[in-house]
Amino acid sequence: MTNTAQLLDADLPAKLVLRGVGKTFRGNQGDVAAVEHVDLEVAEGEFVCLLGASGCGKSTLLALVAGLERPTSGEILAHGTPVVGPGRDRMVMFQEHALFPWRTVLGNVLFGLELKPGLPRRARTEVAMYYLELVGLTKFAHASIHELSGGMRQRVALARALAPNPQVLLMDEPFAALDAMTRERLYGDLQEICRKRRKTVLFVTHNVREACVLGDRVLLMTPHPGRICGDFRVELPRPRDINGVDIATLASRITTTLRAEETKDGGR
Amino acid sequence: MTRRVLNFVAFLLLLLAAWELLVRAGAWNAVLLPAPSTVFVYLVGAARDGTLLEAALVTGRRLGVGYALGLVGGLPLGFLCARFQFARDTIGVLALGLQTLPSVCWAPLALLWFGQTEAAMTFVVVMGTTWSILLATADGVRAIPPIWVRAARTMGSRRLHTVFNVLLPGALPAIVSGFKQGWAFAWRSLMAAEIFITILTGFGLGQMLHYGRELHAMDQVLGVMAVIVGIGLLAEQILFAPAERWLRRRFGLSL
Repeated sequence: MTNTAQLLDADLPAKLVLRGVGKTFRGNQGDVAAVEHVDLEVAEGEFVCLLGASGCGKSTLLALVAGLERPTSGEILAHGTPVVGPGRDRMVMFQEHALFPWRTVLGNVLFGLELKPGLPRRARTEVAMYYLELVGLTKFAHASIHELSGGMRQRVALARALAPNPQVLLMDEPFAALDAMTRERLYGDLQEICRKRRKTVLFVTHNVREACVLGDRVLLMTPHPGRICGDFRVELPRPRDINGVDIATLASRITTTLRAEETKDGGR
Repeated sequence: MTRRVLNFVAFLLLLLAAWELLVRAGAWNAVLLPAPSTVFVYLVGAARDGTLLEAALVTGRRLGVGYALGLVGGLPLGFLCARFQFARDTIGVLALGLQTLPSVCWAPLALLWFGQTEAAMTFVVVMGTTWSILLATADGVRAIPPIWVRAARTMGSRRLHTVFNVLLPGALPAIVSGFKQGWAFAWRSLMAAEIFITILTGFGLGQMLHYGRELHAMDQVLGVMAVIVGIGLLAEQILFAPAERWLRRRFGLSL
């Protein structure tokens, strides 16, 4: 058990640094700059939301930090080390759950742990069960993925992303496909989990209130090419309620700024 | 379930009874189509003296060897075609063409190349199996959502680990149906080859059919046909039904 406790607490949350990051895709109608000149620092244990309309390059930015794509310019540092590819220090949670249907719930959570060297079978299962308990799915450990509801699937995906104990958690609109009730419950759960297991989180969303509820900071992005155009610090006490007045006030302030930026962008 | 089985058994018994009665009433020449009871007597005799079992084993061995070789060839080639455009443009297109060729068409060539040997038999079965397994594997692997591979990469999965832990299991529904189709092709091509190719190293079920005709032993022909159907059904139940049940339970598919 001490072993497991050590595994759970070995790594501290990391700092993310992006310097002049750009990504250009080669398309049929010439090159398209998805992201340009992005400078960004995320402090250790900070929850940062990237907010913007679809197509503004926020998912591309996330894929760059994940190491799934390579930037065409600039550099990305995770904990001071340049990102050259995917790594278990930066785990990703996708919009679609991306769970493996041939594995059970437990098997999915075990996937990343099996690839972590020096972890005996029993310790792997112990760690996986710990995270399933954290997301409240202990009872479904041996269920098949297709038997779960959308919300439960995203919980499994969260457990799977947390299990290798990454320093950074990258979330790409993970709740976008869920109904409002499930989503609101997951906001609470995610805040609680982040309190328990301090992580540096980069969370991509197009939902203003979602960003306000979850983020310590909310960064605004505008498209063509994707740039960061605003930085809001959210200093509201946690846990936050999405239906609270202060969230609504902040959300409307952010929406106004976002509109203004888009108009500026359109006028160019 | 049991009710549906009973329905079928009752239907079969009724059919056999009608057939038996018609033969006894002299509706046709019993030499050309003997009564079920005659066929049954033949089957009991052939089962007792071991000829049937021996022939089934010879056929089974040929099928097993040819099918296994087809899998060993078809699976990796299918993977190559799924992953590399070049393989798709070359082997893939070739497979597409050869799959349309009934594999018994290889028999004349096999006879010339290998003579009247087991190798000729195996060759025909391999040609019947490989292409459908190759194509099913290629389609299955290509249909895998890219997000599965991306997710696996973020968890540290690379190259061969991805192949064995994401691509292979992810393509399993397609691969199993490819295996099933390959099995059906192998079984059909082997029967055709055994009727067509006479070889001395083993006397298979197809050859029993062939000599049954030459000897005008229609009871033997019908009996062996019944055995062939039986083996086909049994193989389906033993080899593929459990795999499909597992897939349905895990993937939640309606296959």
